[in-house]
Amino acid sequence: MAGKKQFSTFVVDRLLFGVEVEKVQEVIRYQEMTRVPLAPSVVKGLINLRGQIVTAVDLRRRLGLRERAATDLPMNVVMRHEDGAVSLLVDEIGDVLEVEEDAFELPPGTLAGEARELIRGVYKLKGTLLIALDTDKMLNLEATAARVA
Amino acid sequence: MGDMDDIVRDFLVESNENLDQLDRDLVTLEKDPTAREVLSSIFRTIHTIKGTTGFLGFPRLESVAHVGENLLSQLRDGRLVLNAEITSGLLAMVDAVRKILSNIESTGQEGEGDYTSLIETLTGLQGGDKKASAPVATAPPSDLSPAPPVTGELSREPEKADPGLPLGEILVQAGWAKSEDVNEALKLQHQGDDRRLGEILVEKGATKPAAVQDALQVQAEARAPALSDSNIRVGVSLLDKLMNLVGELVLARNQILQFSSTQRDTSFLNTSQRLNLITTELQEGVMKTRMQPIGNIWSKFPRVVRDLATSCGKQVNIEMEGRETELDKTIIESIKDPLTHLVRNAVDHGIEIPEKRRASGKSPQGHLFLRAFHEGGQVNIEISDDGAGIDLERVKQKSLEKGLVAPDQASRLSDRELLNLLFLPGFSTAEKVTNVSGRGVGLDVVKTNIEKIGGTVDIQNRVGQGTTLKIKIPLTLAIIPALIVTSSGDRYAIPQVSLLELVRLQGEQARNGIEKIHGAAVYRLRGKLLPLVNLNHELRVEETGLERPMAENNAVNIVVLQADDRHFGLIVDEINDTEEIVVKPLGKQLKGVPTFAGATIMGDGQVALILDVLGLAQLANVVSQVRDRVVGEKAAATESRHDDRESLLLLGGPDDARMAMPLSLVARLEEFTRTAVEKAGGRHVVQYRGQILPLIHLSSAVTERPQESRSSGPPAPGVADEKIQVVVYTDQGRSVGLVVDRILDIAHEAVKIQKHSGRHGTLGTMVVQGRVTELLDLKGIIQTADPSFFNEAVAA
Repeated sequence: MAGKKQFSTFVVDRLLFGVEVEKVQEVIRYQEMTRVPLAPSVVKGLINLRGQIVTAVDLRRRLGLRERAATDLPMNVVMRHEDGAVSLLVDEIGDVLEVEEDAFELPPGTLAGEARELIRGVYKLKGTLLIALDTDKMLNLEATAARVA
Repeated sequence: MGDMDDIVRDFLVESNENLDQLDRDLVTLEKDPTAREVLSSIFRTIHTIKGTTGFLGFPRLESVAHVGENLLSQLRDGRLVLNAEITSGLLAMVDAVRKILSNIESTGQEGEGDYTSLIETLTGLQGGDKKASAPVATAPPSDLSPAPPVTGELSREPEKADPGLPLGEILVQAGWAKSEDVNEALKLQHQGDDRRLGEILVEKGATKPAAVQDALQVQAEARAPALSDSNIRVGVSLLDKLMNLVGELVLARNQILQFSSTQRDTSFLNTSQRLNLITTELQEGVMKTRMQPIGNIWSKFPRVVRDLATSCGKQVNIEMEGRETELDKTIIESIKDPLTHLVRNAVDHGIEIPEKRRASGKSPQGHLFLRAFHEGGQVNIEISDDGAGIDLERVKQKSLEKGLVAPDQASRLSDRELLNLLFLPGFSTAEKVTNVSGRGVGLDVVKTNIEKIGGTVDIQNRVGQGTTLKIKIPLTLAIIPALIVTSSGDRYAIPQVSLLELVRLQGEQARNGIEKIHGAAVYRLRGKLLPLVNLNHELRVEETGLERPMAENNAVNIVVLQADDRHFGLIVDEINDTEEIVVKPLGKQLKGVPTFAGATIMGDGQVALILDVLGLAQLANVVSQVRDRVVGEKAAATESRHDDRESLLLLGGPDDARMAMPLSLVARLEEFTRTAVEKAGGRHVVQYRGQILPLIHLSSAVTERPQESRSSGPPAPGVADEKIQVVVYTDQGRSVGLVVDRILDIAHEAVKIQKHSGRHGTLGTMVVQGRVTELLDLKGIIQTADPSFFNEAVAA
């Protein structure tokens, strides 16, 4: 058992990403959002999750990927976070996958940019790579906010 | 170990509460050293702490409490009389106990503090009386069974005695009486002596009256239904969670109510109505659980005042009124420091030393008066002293020295303006820098902190007679009234506390009303320049200047706001409505955005951001102007708030008469189409916010025959789609609308009624803006039109 881990997976810009399943609170379809002017650009808006106000972070922007087409509605992966929930906006929701710890490798040195800090490593799966995200770093926008401002 | 932790935690909570009580009691006792009940209560508190610490194994704490208890027992038995020295000793003991308790709370250990000198001092204070200077060792042998193994120390602990025991046994166990005496007294009672046991013993001299009283109290406490049965301790986090859930329920309720207005199913409508009522009650109930009496923070003040007065060589007596006045817990916490600061200020700067007081014909003892009361949905707190008041000349000099005002300006400042200088950062009038105050962090911090929670501070100065600080704060922060505006298609909530008025410029005014000074837009509001800030522009949601809204919809909406004593106009696309909103915090990711104070969920389930008016003003550079402008503006602001001036709503009445009413009586101004007016019970009404709003026509109300106002129709025949202007007055949830011909303006004038006009429904005439204006008697008009309005409002 020790060598296995469960990941909640999702697709962003045709890449398969995963976060530890226990950090995910729930997955919901697209929600109306209220934009937050002057906020860091990665904050796409605020959503009302059963009376709780949840910040939605656009994963494409966070990872420095291409902008999503305006007609594509993102899905929400709501993460448990130290001060309330935060939602990650993704393109598609994948399955919960069980991966072997043996299949893990650190990100290649050639991976550049902000994404490097946010990617914990890669799991080699059959026919595809699962990119494991560092959720804590991903939701800590303070460093990023400073850069944007 | 878990159980043990619980016990220790309970002990800490209980002891801390007891210690607060103790501070109060000791100060009371100093004034009246003979107050026996107080002394007994102090004794019991320390005694309980000592007993429990012995049991829990905190030797250091136990030894401190022990000497304190010995000293107290001598006081109680009348062997010593309380003096300032002993009080200080006892207070030091309380501090030591508190320190050890806080160590235990944070580390689980007593800490390394050395209390031997304190113990020596306390032992020394027991002084002359050799018998009691050592722990009482003379425990009488007990004949009565069940005799516990009485050690020297236990012998003075009434609580260790089983409270269920008869009085005699309690006395014996506590070592206050010998068992032979008790037995003898009991025998006497058997033989028909109908005196009480205590009386017999006291008369025989076998025990002291005080001891009997204590023993009786022990007994009474045991017999009374335990208070703990009707009270439980609940964690604040649980209450916060409940509060949040109720907030959500309120929102869900609002959504259902919105939905139910489109439904016709009666059982659904009834259910949603019921849901509505229950939710409201639940909300009120949960809000109440978070309310705490202000006495919780005041209880520390007698001690603070005493210590401070002693160190300044002053005599100060503190009086409190309305300590049961309740406030939301979060507010209580945030006003604690400002209030303490003001109290210290009053003692340090306000009240003079006894010689000076005598010289000016006052009693040597200064008087500090704290008062709290509810008024108009707000809590008022007043702190007054009967000291020297504020020397305005010195304030002037000081502010010149510190460069807060220019010399030519200083000579022009009014008294009120001078007082407001005290609130500027970097101001302190203390002659010498004491360790108490005068370090330059003064009233400005107090003011900032109070304003942060939506409150206001005001000083009233009576030179030579004292100073009063008046603070007004809202009851709660969780649910606030707010104005909802739209900008670039998004809704924003503006807290009502920062809102001054709304201005709408149309047509010609919209094109020419806004002028520019070197690119900065301003508007002349009643002759004063109001800087304008465009919300779209500040939020960078739309890169347009002021031109676009003007060109497109030919009207400009200005929300006049107040930030840090500066007024500014915020241009928004649309002004929607006022609403009670539930404030929710923003996530950590958005903490760096200064323009938003939080978010809320609107009736339709969408999220709306709450504007932080001060943050917005800073972003737009409204509030970081040169200091002298702040002073000037401030002066203007306070001038209009000056006591005898009032904001008046000017109306066009019948026969082109100008009429006015105090703006404070106006809940809202509304516009209805004439077709919206319906008739019910011979009266004109309109449907308004889900209620039926009865209308009173001003023109008929001010004519000679008021009784007709009930049935007379809209007086001037008008086109069906013509708008009528209605002034809404609300009292205790009931509203009434006053139909007026025109709404003219708002003016700030001193209300000086010059003559009685004799016209019905008016109080008289006065001059407003240079023109004769009749002052309406709004309440009188309502009373005449609907005699039951005020009664029912009270009953509702």
